[in-house]
Amino acid sequence: MAETLIALDRISKHYVRGKEKIEVLHELSLNIEQGDFLALMGPSGSGKTTLLNLIGGLDQPSAGTITVSGQRIDTLSGGRLAQWRARNVGFVFQFYNLLPVLTAAQNVELPLLLTHLSKSERARRVQIALTVVGLEDRAKHKPSELSGGQAQRVAIARALVADPTLLVCDEPTGDLDRKTADEVLGLLQTLNREHGKTLIMVTHDPRAAEYAGHQLHMDKGRLIEAGAQA
Amino acid sequence: MKFFPLLWATLWRRKPRTIFTMLSIVVAFLLFGLLQAVNVAFNQGVEMSGADRLITHGKYSFTEILPYGHYQQIRSVPGVDKVSHATWFGGRYQSEANFFPIMPVDQETYYDVYPEFVVADDQVATFKRERTSCIVGRGLMEKFGWKIGDTIPIQATIWPKKGGSNAWEFQLVGVMDARDETMKGQEDFMVFRWDYFDEARAFGQGTVGWYNVKVANPAEAETVGRSIDKLFANSPKETLTETDKAFNAAFIKQFGDIQFLIASIIGASFFSLIIITGNTMMQSVRERVPELAVLKTIGFRDGGVLALVLAESALLCLIAAVIGVLLSTFASGFLKPFLPGLEVNLGVWTLALGAAIVLALVVGAIPSLRAMRLNIVNALSGH
Ligand SMILES: Nc1ncnc2c1ncn2[C@@H]1O[C@H](COP(=O)(O)OP(=O)(O)OP(=O)(O)O)[C@@H](O)[C@H]1O
Ligand SMILES: [Mg+2]
Repeated sequence: MAETLIALDRISKHYVRGKEKIEVLHELSLNIEQGDFLALMGPSGSGKTTLLNLIGGLDQPSAGTITVSGQRIDTLSGGRLAQWRARNVGFVFQFYNLLPVLTAAQNVELPLLLTHLSKSERARRVQIALTVVGLEDRAKHKPSELSGGQAQRVAIARALVADPTLLVCDEPTGDLDRKTADEVLGLLQTLNREHGKTLIMVTHDPRAAEYAGHQLHMDKGRLIEAGAQA
Repeated sequence: MKFFPLLWATLWRRKPRTIFTMLSIVVAFLLFGLLQAVNVAFNQGVEMSGADRLITHGKYSFTEILPYGHYQQIRSVPGVDKVSHATWFGGRYQSEANFFPIMPVDQETYYDVYPEFVVADDQVATFKRERTSCIVGRGLMEKFGWKIGDTIPIQATIWPKKGGSNAWEFQLVGVMDARDETMKGQEDFMVFRWDYFDEARAFGQGTVGWYNVKVANPAEAETVGRSIDKLFANSPKETLTETDKAFNAAFIKQFGDIQFLIASIIGASFFSLIIITGNTMMQSVRERVPELAVLKTIGFRDGGVLALVLAESALLCLIAAVIGVLLSTFASGFLKPFLPGLEVNLGVWTLALGAAIVLALVVGAIPSLRAMRLNIVNALSGH
């Protein structure tokens, strides 16, 4: 049995907008094992992104506890949480979110600027990360000079470069065509199988979800079914 | 500085906008440097004054004349070391355009009270011997091609001679140098003997313009000044005694309140600068809200993001300010012949860089706070 990496215990999340209180997650509990590749599916507005943001330490739950590698992250202060993210989580977004003024290599280097690594060591790790995603020859290109698939692979390299245990991806192929999406999903699968990364991926696309080891479905802020696949 | 490439790339995100903003900062600091250089030129007279010197003049205006009889009385005030006196002569040499100050002084004491002007001992001795002699600054002597022994004709504008003639003549017996290189130009005036002046002038006998008092102990200068004024209180010629510095400042004010003018121009140009640069910084932060959110996602702390935006503002302002002050340094070099003493000195540089940092903080404050407070989840989702 693999050990539990992430434990969510009866977490709730609501947003307050004016006088209105929007309940987004309702007492949701979930364990995610070390080395899992989890696909999170469900209709728009069901709370997938909200859940992913909580797991990735971008937001705090209104109630309940989140434990990652034995550490409570729902009680960390803003600064501590930022530090925790820098060490433990890599993020991949639908629209890549690269900095347009920086080259691919400089984008990938960003998380390393927060470490104490030397300049040459940073360059070496950037090189490795770009090689893993197959873009070592695009290091000097600006995001505007890359295709969508290439830009998303640079974003994946940026998510990996600090060697986090956890990668969270919010619709990473939502903006890509079928063929490019398959390449990116294949890459994520490799990161899971060969590099031992735990992946949580939100997707609307059932074919994308098939790359994952598990699928979870959400509706109206609740998990409705947890099906295991081969 | 590992964050520099990130900062630099961000600064040039929109090149035309950055260049226009920088140009307006460059122009403002060019103006700042030049006006401060003018300030330096006008302040030299104030700065050179000794702290141990007082000037006693008429209570209501320093153009009032005082009785020569005050001389002995001031000398007897405790704490007074030496007393000299001078009078404003006005007058011109050949034409109006050749203006320089001319003053009849007490030949026995003048250079004791003004040690910052250096004259050879034998020349001072001749000055004390020859009744119609005069001494001029080195710059004037070179400018007009005078030599020791020349007779210099001066046309009076205030003080005619007995019989009504305005034509005065003095024999040049000595030349003054400024003791200190930074005071160069200050020595360009003419002194001649008051005793001769008093005897030859048509009216006003027995009066002087003001007294120069050297005190024994600079710390007592103010007390001594008050004792002098008390001496003449309720007399027909009351006095006001000030430090030399205050007197010079007041004298310069005669030429228009230049300091105020300079401050107003600089103030106005900085006001528009704050608006232009502030707007640039606001836009720069507003259009990259998602990028700032990504930096935070990656693990940049709120304070780190604040520092990045402030550093961007500082880089923008400092680069442009340095260019502006450099230009003003060159420009003041060209303009120096028209206004002696004009100089962008270390003080001006320090002031300008200080102003650039203040500007950077002022225009960077709101955008950097906004970047700091940015909520990741809202910024990423567009909520
Ligand atoms: N920052 C926010 N402030 C207020 N309401 C929010 C915020 N973020 C999300 N919501 C609301 O919470 C609900 C769930 O949003 P969430 O983004 O988690 O859904 P999702 O499952 O990711 O949807 P999609 O598939 O469209 O991305 C929605 O009704 C949304 O309007
Ligand atoms: Mg979503």
